[in-house]
Amino acid sequence: MEKFTTHTGVGVPLRRSDVDTDQIIPAEYLKRVTRTGFEDGLFAAWRNDPSFVLNRPAYDAGTVLVAGPNFGTGSSREHAVWALQNYGFRVVISPRFGDIFRGNSGKAGLLTARVDDKVVLRLWEHLEAEPGATVTVDLEARTVRAGEGHDAIEDSFDIDDYTRWRLLEGLDDIGITLSHDDDIAAFESSRPSWKPATLHAG
Amino acid sequence: MGKTLAEKVWDEHVVRSVDGEPDLLFIDLHLIHEVTSPQAFDGLRLAGRPVRRPDLTLATEDHNVPTVDWDKPIADPVSRTQVETLRTNCEEFGVRLHPLGDVEQGIVHVVGPQLGLTQPGMTIVCGDSHTATHGAFGAIAFGIGTSEVEHVLATQTLPQARPRTMSVTVDGDLPEGVTAKDLILYLITQTGTGGGQGYIVEYRGDAIRALSMEGRMTVCNMSIEWGAKAGMIAPDETTFAYLEDRPEAPKGAEWDAALEHWRSLATDDDAVFDKEIAIDAADVTPWVTWGTNPGQGAPLGGTIPAPGDFDEEIDRVAAENALRYMALDAGTPLRDVHVDTVFVGSCTNGRLEDLRLAAEVIKGHKVADGTRMLVVPGSARVRLEAEAEGLDLVFKEAGAEWRGAGCSMCLGMNPDTLSPGERSASTSNRNFEGRQGKGGRTHLVSVPVAAATAVRGTLSSPADLRPVAAR
Repeated sequence: MEKFTTHTGVGVPLRRSDVDTDQIIPAEYLKRVTRTGFEDGLFAAWRNDPSFVLNRPAYDAGTVLVAGPNFGTGSSREHAVWALQNYGFRVVISPRFGDIFRGNSGKAGLLTARVDDKVVLRLWEHLEAEPGATVTVDLEARTVRAGEGHDAIEDSFDIDDYTRWRLLEGLDDIGITLSHDDDIAAFESSRPSWKPATLHAG
Repeated sequence: MGKTLAEKVWDEHVVRSVDGEPDLLFIDLHLIHEVTSPQAFDGLRLAGRPVRRPDLTLATEDHNVPTVDWDKPIADPVSRTQVETLRTNCEEFGVRLHPLGDVEQGIVHVVGPQLGLTQPGMTIVCGDSHTATHGAFGAIAFGIGTSEVEHVLATQTLPQARPRTMSVTVDGDLPEGVTAKDLILYLITQTGTGGGQGYIVEYRGDAIRALSMEGRMTVCNMSIEWGAKAGMIAPDETTFAYLEDRPEAPKGAEWDAALEHWRSLATDDDAVFDKEIAIDAADVTPWVTWGTNPGQGAPLGGTIPAPGDFDEEIDRVAAENALRYMALDAGTPLRDVHVDTVFVGSCTNGRLEDLRLAAEVIKGHKVADGTRMLVVPGSARVRLEAEAEGLDLVFKEAGAEWRGAGCSMCLGMNPDTLSPGERSASTSNRNFEGRQGKGGRTHLVSVPVAAATAVRGTLSSPADLRPVAAR
């Protein structure tokens, strides 16, 4: 996984709450067996609308999505994360994320920055007033920044320490876990015999 | 201090616990299906890793499979490739698979319990958010993404931050005709879609105890719809009676040992939950959603709310968007809403008890002109059991379509979809925009409401139907 330290990119104001993973990518796009090529399904239902934010030239190269609360609720489809990444997004900023979506993002290397509602409102206003303006997300300092002068926005964001460390180091989770193989083997040897199995000898 | 059920099960599965890191949890059962697993198997191949515990892994085909002509090759080539990829992967990595056409094929959350693989005190994961269903047995069960599927395949563990615990106590009796589905839809309307976030929820109280295992699964299934990590119910005699003699349940002395352990899994009297919610079961009535998330619900006897009815700006905007998408006017009685398609099925309401209830309501009636009704059993075994009871004939006589097993119209990944603008009453779990097909409009309902709606063509309860003349 690529290391993530700081990212500056065009901010995209998505003025919606409860953007569930069916909105991020509908089920009809989930039939592929690869991890790439999902960008065409991103926000598929809204992309037909010329006024949709990603259809406006100032925002179409966006890499930092700023969304309302409860972003990524619903289905466990990691395709939602891949669709955002395949499109070019590196960061999603929201006051609240669906749990599974947030977990998936951390594994796949998409930064989910949790901020106060007020920060999202200010970012929306700024990014709409100045289409194409950038947002800087600093994972080391845990800050988001946008704008300049006395209107500048700077605030902290929440992310758990472990995910932050893994993203900063670009570490593969499975590799970390397999380094504890002895612990897993010891646990396995102590499991009760009545626990169910899907395969049976003979 | 005592422990909650969730804490007991969690602690029994900690492989490694270090300050500043998530706990490493052992996974007792990993369920997989065709949609969220191919990229995980690819990852294993790339890294040259085997599946660590194929004996704790089970695969079936559900999301993407047709519910008609399931004995023929899948018509859609992309769907066919995905299903064939699962078959190849299971063969290569030695994973047990119940493919289309097998008697144990079906929705993964129907198959696990039906085989007796889902047992109290287990940790169960699946690349599907409705894995919480298995919590009905007193297991910690939750949905994971494809990277985590790969992690579990490779290590049989998952690093997981310890969630907080919440109790939802439902005291009293559910009124007659009110189901587990109404209860969970009612709860989600009260809490909103984010109310459970960060918590493992334990559903408790008389009204929960009185539910069958199938009703308990319906409640736990929708835990994710109010944001909870997992939902669970302490095992009791109802649980044990359901499990005993299932094919994969322990037998003989093993059963006795398991039972002794399972009886220890109740929350201790002096345990403390991080949050508690109480509901009076008597307040629950047949409940339907009017909006585009499961928290936008109302009593069937009520009217469509106006955006101005909500205190928070964000809820007002969400209601405006939802009413526009759903093409509904505030103030309209819900009973006046015309429905084009009724869907009975899904991991929420696609088990035998659900089909019996639907048949009981619709028996002797006809599906209304201008409305179609799809009945999709949750598994091939549910279909066979229903047919053995003649339920299929009841549905066919009423003019409903009797289908093969799968997720079907719940998520519209196979050909069972709504057309743009089409409106459904659905026993499934999500009313998101386009969930059941692009431009489709979904009302989440209980099984009796679905069946009665099919007869009248408008959102209805069985009480709205004319009595069937004695035959």
